[in-house]
Amino acid sequence: MALLSRITSILTLLEGPQTLGRGRRFWSGFALVVAAASAYPLFADGYDVGNNVYFFNWTFMALGLCLIWGYGGSLSFGQTAFFGIAGYAYGVLTINLGDAYGLTLFALVAAVLISAVCAAILGYFLFFGRISGVFLGIVTLSVTLVMERFISQTAGPEWHIGTARLNGFNGMGAMPSLTIPWPGGPIVLFPDVALYYVTLVLLILVYLGLRMLVNSRFGNVIVAIRENPQRAEMLGYDVRKYQLGTFIIGSSLAGLSGVLYTSWGNYITPASMGMTAASLPIVWVAVGGRSDLTTTLFGSFLVLIGFQALTIYGSQYALVVMGALLVLTVLVAPSGIVASAVLLVSKRWMRKKPQSGEVS
Amino acid sequence: MPILETRSLNKWFGGLHVTGGVDFALETGEMHCLIGPNGAGKSTFFRLILGEHLPTSGQILYNSHDITLAKSYERIRRGISVKFQVPGIFKALSVGQNIQIALQHHVAPAELDHEIDLLLSFLNLKPAARQLAGNLSHGQKQWLEIGMAVGLKPKLLLLDEPTAGMTPDETFATGEMLQALNREGVTVLAVEHDMAFVRQIAHRVTVLHLGKIFAQGTIDEIVANEQVAAIYLGEAHAQ
Repeated sequence: MALLSRITSILTLLEGPQTLGRGRRFWSGFALVVAAASAYPLFADGYDVGNNVYFFNWTFMALGLCLIWGYGGSLSFGQTAFFGIAGYAYGVLTINLGDAYGLTLFALVAAVLISAVCAAILGYFLFFGRISGVFLGIVTLSVTLVMERFISQTAGPEWHIGTARLNGFNGMGAMPSLTIPWPGGPIVLFPDVALYYVTLVLLILVYLGLRMLVNSRFGNVIVAIRENPQRAEMLGYDVRKYQLGTFIIGSSLAGLSGVLYTSWGNYITPASMGMTAASLPIVWVAVGGRSDLTTTLFGSFLVLIGFQALTIYGSQYALVVMGALLVLTVLVAPSGIVASAVLLVSKRWMRKKPQSGEVS
Repeated sequence: MPILETRSLNKWFGGLHVTGGVDFALETGEMHCLIGPNGAGKSTFFRLILGEHLPTSGQILYNSHDITLAKSYERIRRGISVKFQVPGIFKALSVGQNIQIALQHHVAPAELDHEIDLLLSFLNLKPAARQLAGNLSHGQKQWLEIGMAVGLKPKLLLLDEPTAGMTPDETFATGEMLQALNREGVTVLAVEHDMAFVRQIAHRVTVLHLGKIFAQGTIDEIVANEQVAAIYLGEAHAQ
């Protein structure tokens, strides 16, 4: 009984004041979206399905930034640093260890942990040094740019870890894809239907897990710190520890993106940590609405798909459009275009019902 | 036994001597008001007690523990709580959540909802529990902040101009609430300009002037002190 009530009390955190969407209506919509996403491979070519996993790969990094920036109020411009660290770590580990015995899964966990440790070290100096606001953005951006520069000059044969060559600006390739050991023969997660489902399940788990996190006591405190760090400290919270914890979780999610991306394409380049790459997550999250997980997720999908379409038809203009989109968001809908649309619709809805002033 | 004691507490900001060797003792269970003209160093003294500034020299003792170098949140966890002059509430969170954040680290999860309800009723904020704190009226924000400070179940409550912007009725009600808390054993130290309020609650009054303790005593002794009138009350009455 005690266990049961404990599980229910944890599950109630799926809904809460920190997340948009509650009640039967929202969860029916959620079920519909999941059903549609699950049914999609039945109606599409396996090659396209595998290609479209690409969009899922990035959303973990976006959700991580949403947590650090939207909920925690610290703008990290360096999500791509942890993306790159984990991506390269996965490459180095799997090239050396091979793909038998589930070692790629070990490499996935190890690579994400390595990015988490790096985030802990960087975050310690940032938050315990009381660096905040724009300076946090500048330092994290510098870190990702330094990483890019460093890896870019490792083209020579002397730059290798075990049998894995870093390959400088050419990028590191030929690492094995994630492989699940299975009695009837290992399942290799090439960009195909199997990988699609694994990534989809992972995304749903991370999304629901983050919903519970932000509605928990921890989530309350990180939002309180965003609102008024001095008051939070004067209520007995060690603000720095909460900020560091948030930063580590969010950066690890960028690391997860890095591993999934590297395994998906069997390839990673230093450009994935460069200026352009570093600014894109900010566009996704800002456009969607950084202070909510759901709007961030939807916004990121929309922008990623739009960006992809533009890249195919308009090549370099895609980046200009991204920049314009960010400027437009800041000027017209600072809380995010998706978030503003949701609020507008829900306000209309509330007006029909005679209750007002409540937090939706 | 004093709950709070400062020993030759000094704070320099560059060449400015803002707190000048203050020896101050706050007895357990007392209600004490700190007064003084603008720039007397009242706020700095508060910030030193709270750990927002560290003193240049001197010592701060809380229940005989040296807390001179303790972090702010450690001091709060030892039983100090503060209400700021400008309401320091979490505007984008609901009223109930504001209270929850104040309560959640010392109230058992099973009792949390009940305790939040109790405190909200006490503050007359129960109907507004689900409203965003940023949408409250000024008076309600003050009450919410008082509720958060009180919600920590402090042994020592620091108040920076608790009645700023309140009507005389609200000021009186605040005084009564503080006296009720005091009867339950909370020691109160308040910076206050409103002399009627000081007269209502203070057992003892300390006058700060140019960063030093200028006079100390009951409100009647302070009012009767001509030197105090010259530096402070004279100005206040002239307004």
